[in-house]
Amino acid sequence: MSLSYLITYAAFITFVVAVVARIHKIESMPVHLRWELYPVAHEGKRAHYGGSYFEELNWWTKPRKFSLISELKGMIPEMLFIKALWENNRPLWYRSFPFHFGLYCLIGWAGLLVVGAAAQMANLYIGVGAGAVGLAIHYLTIFAGAAGLILSTFGALSLLQRRLTDPEVDGYTSAAHIFNLCAFLLALIVADLAFVLVDRDFSIARAYVQNLFTFGNGPAVSSAIALEMVLFSLLMAYVPLTHMSHFLTKYYFYHKIRWDDEPNFKGSELEKRITQALGYPVSWSAPHLKADGKKNWADIATEEVDK
Amino acid sequence: MSKKKIRVEDISKPSEKLTHTEVKDFPPLPPPYDKLENLPKWDPLKCSNEIESSLDDTIAVALPKPKTKQEEQELVRKFLSGLEKLFTKENNWPFLQLLTLTMEHCAKCQTCSDACHIFEASGRNDVYRPAYRSEVVRRIYNKYLKPGGKFFGKWKHGDIDLNWTTIARLCELAYRCNICRRCAQTCPIGVDNALITHELRKVFSQEMGIAAKELHDKGSMLQLKVGSSTGMNPLVVKDNMDFIDEDMTDKTGMTIKTPWDKSGADVLLIHNAGEIMAWPENPGAFAVILEAAGISWTLSSEVPAYDGINYGLWYDDFQLARVVIKHAQAAKKLGVKKIVVGECGHSTKTLMVIADRVLTGDLNIPREAAMPFLEDIVFSGRIKLDPSRNDFPVTLHDPCNMVRLMGIVEPQRRVIRKICPQFREMTPHGVHNYCCGGGSGFAIMSGYNFQTWRKHISGRKKFEQILNAFKGQLSPDIPKYVCAPCSNCKGQIRDFLFGYDAWEKCRILYGGLVELIVNAMSDVKPGFIEWEWH
Repeated sequence: MSLSYLITYAAFITFVVAVVARIHKIESMPVHLRWELYPVAHEGKRAHYGGSYFEELNWWTKPRKFSLISELKGMIPEMLFIKALWENNRPLWYRSFPFHFGLYCLIGWAGLLVVGAAAQMANLYIGVGAGAVGLAIHYLTIFAGAAGLILSTFGALSLLQRRLTDPEVDGYTSAAHIFNLCAFLLALIVADLAFVLVDRDFSIARAYVQNLFTFGNGPAVSSAIALEMVLFSLLMAYVPLTHMSHFLTKYYFYHKIRWDDEPNFKGSELEKRITQALGYPVSWSAPHLKADGKKNWADIATEEVDK
Repeated sequence: MSKKKIRVEDISKPSEKLTHTEVKDFPPLPPPYDKLENLPKWDPLKCSNEIESSLDDTIAVALPKPKTKQEEQELVRKFLSGLEKLFTKENNWPFLQLLTLTMEHCAKCQTCSDACHIFEASGRNDVYRPAYRSEVVRRIYNKYLKPGGKFFGKWKHGDIDLNWTTIARLCELAYRCNICRRCAQTCPIGVDNALITHELRKVFSQEMGIAAKELHDKGSMLQLKVGSSTGMNPLVVKDNMDFIDEDMTDKTGMTIKTPWDKSGADVLLIHNAGEIMAWPENPGAFAVILEAAGISWTLSSEVPAYDGINYGLWYDDFQLARVVIKHAQAAKKLGVKKIVVGECGHSTKTLMVIADRVLTGDLNIPREAAMPFLEDIVFSGRIKLDPSRNDFPVTLHDPCNMVRLMGIVEPQRRVIRKICPQFREMTPHGVHNYCCGGGSGFAIMSGYNFQTWRKHISGRKKFEQILNAFKGQLSPDIPKYVCAPCSNCKGQIRDFLFGYDAWEKCRILYGGLVELIVNAMSDVKPGFIEWEWH
C-alpha cells in the first residue's frame, strides 16, 4: 500500500477524532446563562420581526411553541448561502460564498466518488454508455467536482487578495490566515490541474477512493491524482484543528447560544444543572466577593455585603 | 483624528494617548446640527498625572496610576490570573461555553465594525472597532495562557506585549462598548465580541476589584447596602412615592394611593428607582393605569426590591446574582403571583432572562415585562383612551436589552399605534435598532468629560435617528415625543437632547410609554405630558 493511502486513512481518523474531541469539549461544559439574540428562528410567526414568547401575557402559562419549519427557514439560507454575510458585508460575501459553496460541492463530489467506488466494486459500470444509475453518478460527479473546483479556487484567491490588500483587515491578518488560504489554494490548484490535464471525468479519483476500500489492491492511480488526494486529505485533518472548525461550532453558536431560549421551570432537568453549577467553588480574588476557594456560587450570592 | 492606522499591538506601547478624536472626524448630523456652532462643545481630556488616561480623550473608570513598578507588575499578574479564571467552569460556568467559542472562532473579517454605532460615530476610529479590544484579549490569552503560546499565539493571532500600559488601556477600553450586541447580530459565524467586553469587565471587577464607581460603589454596593443606587432607603422611597401619589391625584383627578407590601397581590411591580427620583411621572403613570384598570398590585419596601436596577449585569456576575435573589425573596415573602418589571430594559432582561438560570425552586417566581402587561390593559378596554390627545409626532426607541436581547418588539408598538396617530418608526428599528449610547452603564456615568464623549460619540447615531424620524417636522413650532420605555435609555437621551439643545432648537421631548397612555386616558384630566418640563 502506498504512502498516499496511509495519509488519507490517518487524515480521516484525525478528522473524526478532532471533531469528536471538539464536540466533547463543548458538550461537557456546564450549563450557561441565557444570552440569546433575536431574531430567534424557531419562534414561528414572530421570527420574521424578531419577537419572542416574552411578548405574551403570562407567557409561562402558555404552551411553548417550537417551529421546526421556521427554524429551517432560518438555518438553510444561512448554511447554504451565508445569509448574514450577504446582508451585512456584501463585498466579503462575493468572495466567501463561492469559496464555501465550492467546498460544499467538493464535499458532494467526494460523496459521489465514494458512492461511485462502491458501485464499481459491485460491478456497476460508471461512465458514458452506462445505465441510468451509472450515468447519473458519472455526470453528477463531473458537475459537482468541476463546480466545486472553480468556485472554491476563485473564492480562495479572492479571499487571499482581500487579506493582502484590504485596509479593513490590515492588522487583523495573521500568518495563520495566509497559510490557511495558501494551503487551500495549493490543494485546489493541484486539483484543478489534475482535472484539466489528467482526469477530466474523475474516474482516476474514483479509482483512488476504490483503493481506499480495498487497502490499495485496485487499479493503479497516477501520481498527480495521488498528490491531489493527499493534499485534500491533509486539509481534512487540519481544518477541525483550527478556527475553521466553525463548520461545526456554528451549530453551537446558533442553537446553543443565540437561539437558546429554553426557560427554566421548577423541577426541570435544566434546574438540576443550574443547581449543580451553583455548587461550584469559587476562587475569584476581589475583596467584595470574599471567595476562598471553598465557598460556592450560592454561598457568595446569598451572602450579605459589608454595610 | 490622525488617520494613521492604530494596530492591535500598539495598545502596549506607552504614549500620551493611544488615540485622539476631533469634531471634524465625526459623521455630519442632519440640520440644524450640520453647523459647528449648533454642536455641543467637544472638550478632549488632557493627560493626568494621577489617573490612567492614555487610551483616548475621556475617562470612564479613572484608574489610579500605580506608584511603583512592583505595583504595576502585581496588577498585571492579577489580570492574567483573572483571565485564566474566566476559562474555568468553577469560576465562570455562566459564560464559559459562550466565551470559549467566541475566543476561538473569530475570523477577524471586520463585518462587525460596520454594525457598531460607536465605531461609526467616532469617524471609524480603529480603537473603537468591536474586534479591537477582543483581539487584544485574544492575543494576550493565546500568548500568555495557552501552551506554546509564544509561537502559536503569534502565528494564529499576531503578537502583543502584556504590560501595565496594556492593562490600563484595556480597563478603559472595556468601557467604550455599550454591549448592545449589534455586532454579534451581524457576525456570519455567530461570534460575540461584545461578550468579551462583558467578560473583560468581570476580570477587572471579580479579580482585581476594579470597576466604574457608578456601577459598583455607587451602584450595586449601595443598592445592596441601602436598598437603592439612588441612596433611597425604604422610608425615603415611601415618602417620595407619597409625594408622587399626591401629585398624580392633582394632575389626573383620580385618587391615587400606591399600595406597599400588600401580601397576596397579583403583581409585584418593580421600578428602576431612578424613575422615582428623575422622572416621577413614570411611576406615577403606572399607578394611575393600574388603579384605573383595577389591577391587584403592590410595591415592596424590602431592601432592595423597590429598585429594579441590577448593574451587575454589566460587570460582575456575583453582584447580579445577589440582587436578583433579593428581588425574588421579596416577591416570595409577599406571595405575589408574578413580578412585573417597570420601564427599564436592563432590569427586565436581568430578572427575566439572566436570572432565569440563577433562580431555582421557590425563588423561581414568574416574571413579566411591562410591555405585554400594559398592552393587555390597553386592549382589554379596562381604561378609556382618546388617541386625539396624543396627536403629535411620536417615535419609538427600542431598548436593546428588551428588544434585541429579549424579543419584546411588538406589544409597545401595538399600544403606540393605537394611541398615537402620528407614530413613525426610526430607521432601522426593532431588533436591528441602534443603542441609545447609554447602554451597559454609560447613561449613569458622567465623571470627567465622559458625558461629552457620550453625547458626541456613543449617542450620536441615536440622535441622528431621532432627527431623521422627525424629518420635515423639526421646527420648534411642532412638539415631538421620543418614547423610550427604558430608564437608562431615557437618561442617555435626556443628556444628549440637552447637550444638543434639542428642545429649544427642535422641540423634542422624551419620555416613557406609560406617560403616553395616561396622556390619552379620557377619564383623567387632559395634559398629563408636561411639554415645558424637559
